[in-house]
Amino acid sequence: MTQLDRQEWDVVVVGAGGAGLRAAIEAREQGMRTAVICKSLFGKAHTVMAEGGIAASMGNVNEGDNWQVHFRDTMRGGKFLNHWRMAELHAREAPQRVWELETWGALFDRTPDGRISQRNFGGHEYPRLAHVGDRTGLELIRTLQQKIVSLQQEDERELGAYDARLKVFQECTVTRVLKDENRVAGAFCYERESGRFFVLQAPSVVLATGGIGKSFKVTSNSWEYTGDGHALALLAGAPLINMEFVQFHPTGMVWPPSVKGILVTESVRGDGGVLRNSDGKRFMFDYIPDVFKEKYAQSEAEGDRWYEDPDHNRRPPELLPRDEVARAINAEVKAGRGSPHGGVFLDVSTRMPAEVIRRRLPSMHHQFKELADVDITAEAMEVGPTCHYVMGGVEVDPDTAAATGVPGLFAAGEVAGGMHGSNRLGGNSLSDLLVFGRRAGLYAAEYARSRTVRPTADPLQLDAAEAEALRPFSAEGPDAQHAGRPAENPYTLHQELQQSMNDLVGIIRRQGEMEEALERLADLRVRARRAGVEGHRQYNPGWHLAIDLRNMLLVSECVARAALERRESRGGHTRDDYPEMDRRWRRINLVCELADGGPDSPPQDPATGQIRLTRRETPPIRPDLLELFERDELAKYLAEEELAAEAAPSGPGAPAAGTTDDEETSR
Amino acid sequence: MSAQSDAYKAHFRVWRGDADGGGLEDFRVEVNDGEVVLDIIHRLQATQVPDLAVRWNCKAGKCGSCSAEINGRPRLMCMTRMSVFERDETVTVTPMRTFPVVRDLVTDVSFNYAKAREIPSFVPPPGLAPGEYRMQQEDVGRSQEFRKCIECFLCQDTCHVVRDHEENKTAFAGPRFLMRIAELDMHPLDAAPDTGLDRKRTAQENHGLGHCNITKCCTEVCPEHIRITDNALIPLKERSVDRKYDPLVWLGSKIRRRNRTD
Repeated sequence: MTQLDRQEWDVVVVGAGGAGLRAAIEAREQGMRTAVICKSLFGKAHTVMAEGGIAASMGNVNEGDNWQVHFRDTMRGGKFLNHWRMAELHAREAPQRVWELETWGALFDRTPDGRISQRNFGGHEYPRLAHVGDRTGLELIRTLQQKIVSLQQEDERELGAYDARLKVFQECTVTRVLKDENRVAGAFCYERESGRFFVLQAPSVVLATGGIGKSFKVTSNSWEYTGDGHALALLAGAPLINMEFVQFHPTGMVWPPSVKGILVTESVRGDGGVLRNSDGKRFMFDYIPDVFKEKYAQSEAEGDRWYEDPDHNRRPPELLPRDEVARAINAEVKAGRGSPHGGVFLDVSTRMPAEVIRRRLPSMHHQFKELADVDITAEAMEVGPTCHYVMGGVEVDPDTAAATGVPGLFAAGEVAGGMHGSNRLGGNSLSDLLVFGRRAGLYAAEYARSRTVRPTADPLQLDAAEAEALRPFSAEGPDAQHAGRPAENPYTLHQELQQSMNDLVGIIRRQGEMEEALERLADLRVRARRAGVEGHRQYNPGWHLAIDLRNMLLVSECVARAALERRESRGGHTRDDYPEMDRRWRRINLVCELADGGPDSPPQDPATGQIRLTRRETPPIRPDLLELFERDELAKYLAEEELAAEAAPSGPGAPAAGTTDDEETSR
Repeated sequence: MSAQSDAYKAHFRVWRGDADGGGLEDFRVEVNDGEVVLDIIHRLQATQVPDLAVRWNCKAGKCGSCSAEINGRPRLMCMTRMSVFERDETVTVTPMRTFPVVRDLVTDVSFNYAKAREIPSFVPPPGLAPGEYRMQQEDVGRSQEFRKCIECFLCQDTCHVVRDHEENKTAFAGPRFLMRIAELDMHPLDAAPDTGLDRKRTAQENHGLGHCNITKCCTEVCPEHIRITDNALIPLKERSVDRKYDPLVWLGSKIRRRNRTD
């Protein structure tokens, strides 16, 4: 083995989107030497695609807003499966995180009195999303990027080198989190440009790698979203929770085929756009679920009045949480009332003057014009659901973002689980990145500072990591069993994986299909071990994909296994065979951990696989937070025992676990 | 559907190679209705050349990763529809010429990151706490136009000051980063003047604004349609000239500044 480049850092942040950059800024401001490592160029992370805005209850447009209302909306959106403490911290701290961006140079759209403007969005009671047109993610990533540059300029003045205390390793991939006994020791990485391996040794590693959407065929996610952080955590021994909850954004482009899945921002509806079927009917009025009946308009006239007079009218049902709208669109298309290309119509052209559309939705106008020859100021868009976000992720301590069971490992943003429960509200992602990115950076720095002995990864671990990464170059079979068999094409394997997840573990799920998905995943795992590549290690996308396949297969199994287990419908998990929400499942988190043997043991029995699934009871919600809701509303979500405990003056207590032995009887 | 019936085989020529050299390679590849050049490059990867190197991310014109030159013109591959070419037309894809090749269509764009670090950052106004910033929409609008920039670096690629003039790279920040200076200069609350930093002057003296002779090539290739020349570079030049040569303007600015800090 060649001499491996080893560097010493205090905090290593994996991922350079909103959460990773915010974590890095915090860790560096805490005085820790911080390395950021990302697969793309600096400033290209998927955060850049976020369109609508950052949810924060600043109350600039409606003074009635405050953190309690935001907390309430978030819990409702997640169907009360959210970790209440994360939802609380998020709602409390989001305004401060947004205002801070202004001090770093961000330029949000303004209200007439010069404050940050806020727009309406699905599930948010008041106009709450700070935004810049429909390119808010770009503003966020650029502001954080420029703040990092300004810290580097400080270091250059003080220490003579831009990279002295904060360095970005761009176009590099982490394949393993390294351990020293049970603690984090750093990250094993390769440089995409050269294929060279290197090691960043550090006591703290923050995972901020985003989501898993590239395991699905129709997705709004970029190639980077291969579940790397989810898989790195599993492989390091940390559990994932809530992996069955995958958000299908209701409005992705459906035509032409090459752009199928690309996001159409929810702002279109927030600003007045309406959904219609092929009969021209605003069908969302037929899909308001009971839990939301009192909160949404019952007629088009009332919904339309709400935009001007929100205090005396209820919001239109186009602004229901995303899971509800996605299911409704799915149902309309299935019933034969879809648009020519298998979606429904989203129309702003009859709702706003062309000039207003161009000003408020410039990138949507541009995107449809350039990619679909559609002028959204003159005609309706065709849209349909697209895989957008995973609510599940690394189980973390709400306050510190520390992963369970692996000291030194932290996670923030989409890769962390718990914050959004079973369904995330639009706008709550960018605020999540900032709130928990900062917390992860803060506590990762604190932890690194507290360690007196620096960790080291033993050479055997490094050898194993290198051998694993190089396997695709000798894919004709490392063992006698596979010798002589042709290598598998990683692109083909990826396409088959995407098709399987899309068809069998997609927006509507059935037991038999998910069982079939698990069998296909087992087959793909066996074949992925023989994924081979041509050429050499220098900037070789085939090789990179072959490595990423390991991660996609791991997280896909988590999704399928957890989805099969949860026999109810809730948020981003809809079962055709169990169509109702079941209160007894509210207290259950499904936990995924790496089964013994891990990804190196070729699975013989598809039913076993690589993932071990267990149930964990969710912590009881703090009484003062429960008091923010009407008891009638709580009764829709909470099990009887929880309601009884809430009514009892003795506080939260620890009621017996909501038994789920007979969940079938719940219909 | 029509996607099937309209499929045809296109002739692609793609530059392959690395820092040591390379050349154009010919491919016949399927094209379907509605596809963009990046789709075709991906099809080549998946079916013919799995190690073909290309950068991309969002595939929606928002991240600025897939910059290249298509039939000699700097463009985003994800926003170049195949329907703009004749079916029998050869589509030639080459890496951006102004930056050193890493491999195939991937270039070393570190020049841009180095330049970004040389531009002094936003200076927050002292005495204003987070949450106390007040700005009017009409005042932030000018800088917001420049903040639409997705950093695809096509303007840097096309700018003739550096395109075939390696020797100018040290002294010239390029349109993207001169525009960054304009953006900060027009920021309603940037406190740089209070610290003695004259952004207009540094554009001229430290970042090579004088090299620009406003041929508008940058504006023409900008996929975000930012009016780089008219709205950023020319105003920056005009005011630089004012400052540099007009003693009255110079004096006026000094007096204004003193009043501001008082």
